[in-house]
Amino acid sequence: MTPSAPGTSPGGSAEPVAGSHRTAVGAVVRYVANVLAVAAMDVRKLRHDPSELFTRAIQPMLWLLVFGQVFARIRAMPTGGMEYIDFLAPGILAQSVLFVAIFNGISVIWERDLGIVHKFLVSPAPRTALVLGKALSAGVKALSQAVIIYLVAVALGVKMVWSVPALSGVTILVLLGAALFSTFSLIIACIVKTRERFMGIGQVLTMPMFFASNAIYPTSIMPAWLRGVAHANPLTYEVDGLRALMLAGGESALGLHVDFAVLALTLAVLVLIGGWIYPRLIT
Amino acid sequence: MTGEVFGLLGRNGAGKSTLIKMLTTLLPPSAGSAQVAGFDLVRQAAQVRAIIGYVPQALSADGELTGYENLQVFARLYDIPRAMRESRIREALQLMGLADAARKLVGTYSGGMIRRLEIAQSMLHRPKLLFLDEPTVGLDPVAREAVWDHIARLRASFGMTIFLTTHYMDEAERLCGRFGIMRRGKLVALGSLQELRAASGGEQATLDSLFAHYTEDLSEGEGRYVDTVSTRNVARRLG
Repeated sequence: MTPSAPGTSPGGSAEPVAGSHRTAVGAVVRYVANVLAVAAMDVRKLRHDPSELFTRAIQPMLWLLVFGQVFARIRAMPTGGMEYIDFLAPGILAQSVLFVAIFNGISVIWERDLGIVHKFLVSPAPRTALVLGKALSAGVKALSQAVIIYLVAVALGVKMVWSVPALSGVTILVLLGAALFSTFSLIIACIVKTRERFMGIGQVLTMPMFFASNAIYPTSIMPAWLRGVAHANPLTYEVDGLRALMLAGGESALGLHVDFAVLALTLAVLVLIGGWIYPRLIT
Repeated sequence: MTGEVFGLLGRNGAGKSTLIKMLTTLLPPSAGSAQVAGFDLVRQAAQVRAIIGYVPQALSADGELTGYENLQVFARLYDIPRAMRESRIREALQLMGLADAARKLVGTYSGGMIRRLEIAQSMLHRPKLLFLDEPTVGLDPVAREAVWDHIARLRASFGMTIFLTTHYMDEAERLCGRFGIMRRGKLVALGSLQELRAASGGEQATLDSLFAHYTEDLSEGEGRYVDTVSTRNVARRLG
């Protein structure tokens, strides 16, 4: 019942079939294959029924088309000379990443009720690989949202950067952010254990995380206490990084390397906690 | 014993599923220690996981995937090398009589087909020991018969040891060579039908009456409510 990390995993030494790869490289390859197996399962489900991706895209589109266009007229936000709709687009992408990922916990509880989690846990796959697989599948969903948001943003005349480094950076940020919030969601699911309780908590968490961030207004106009909260909120770093990479003339307020470092480190810590707590979902 | 089918019997709430969860490393032992195929459940959990297969009581195949895809996930989680995956999956489908339905969504499968798919999932890595938690709960008589045939075929093909729990005495008698009877979390009887008869002093006793003998004085309602609910849910989904 111990959580195991790649390389150090005792699962790496128990090898029923491929006795030939008892090396560290073999262990890493198997670890990655386990992660991809879990992620591929969810991606295949989306291929069979992609309707979820389109219904999920409605909310961010409304934010950009309605909220964004109305607020752009007021010109009330100190966006540093940037059009408000430009300022808003990365924030809405980050929001969409958060919303796609945060309800991952529901599907984890559903899989527990079906007994799928039991079968995952009886397999020799390291627990953190199972958790990361779920995280990656949230990342793939979030990327599909990113494509839709990019299309809407272009239609609204948002001036974006199309260079390969910028787009790669955005892709990594979206994957990191989705993985982070979905693992956070998995941990909560393992604590509350029922769908009803999770729905309640999911609602309570998402809106405060969204409003206590720089997604729709800069942190500079926040009261000091709220700014403190916003700086402890991973969503703020997600938005800050996206704003710097997506927009022509976009700048990072916190430092791009800080954004990546905060998100990657938080994800690593959450995955370790997730690997430890995931087996407790079934008790 | 290698290649035997062992039946764990007991009333609702006797602790059968809990024992299976402990033996499959899903739950930590509440006390004591145990070995599976020579590996310690706690200290060598990873080795245990690599050589066992498990079919939980709940219907655990994913209805939104095809039968083939359900198998593919577990072929990867059990680290079956890419070159062998296809043949292992095909072999499992063949053995469980699902080759024709492999490309259909599991949501369209009958209850008996889902059970056979789950057994196929659990045998891809050729486990030495296969745990089946109430494999035919909620199935109609024809589907049960088919599942029994496939379990027998599996054992004949690979000689794997099968450990199953059941509430059906006809199922236990049909499949199992040895029995364990649990009561209130304790094993109260262990042996073949002959041995159980001898131990209880009933020369002609049926498994039914032996079961009653060992578990009877237990009052109604010992089983946890949630266990009953989950069993019923499985039955309803299969219905």
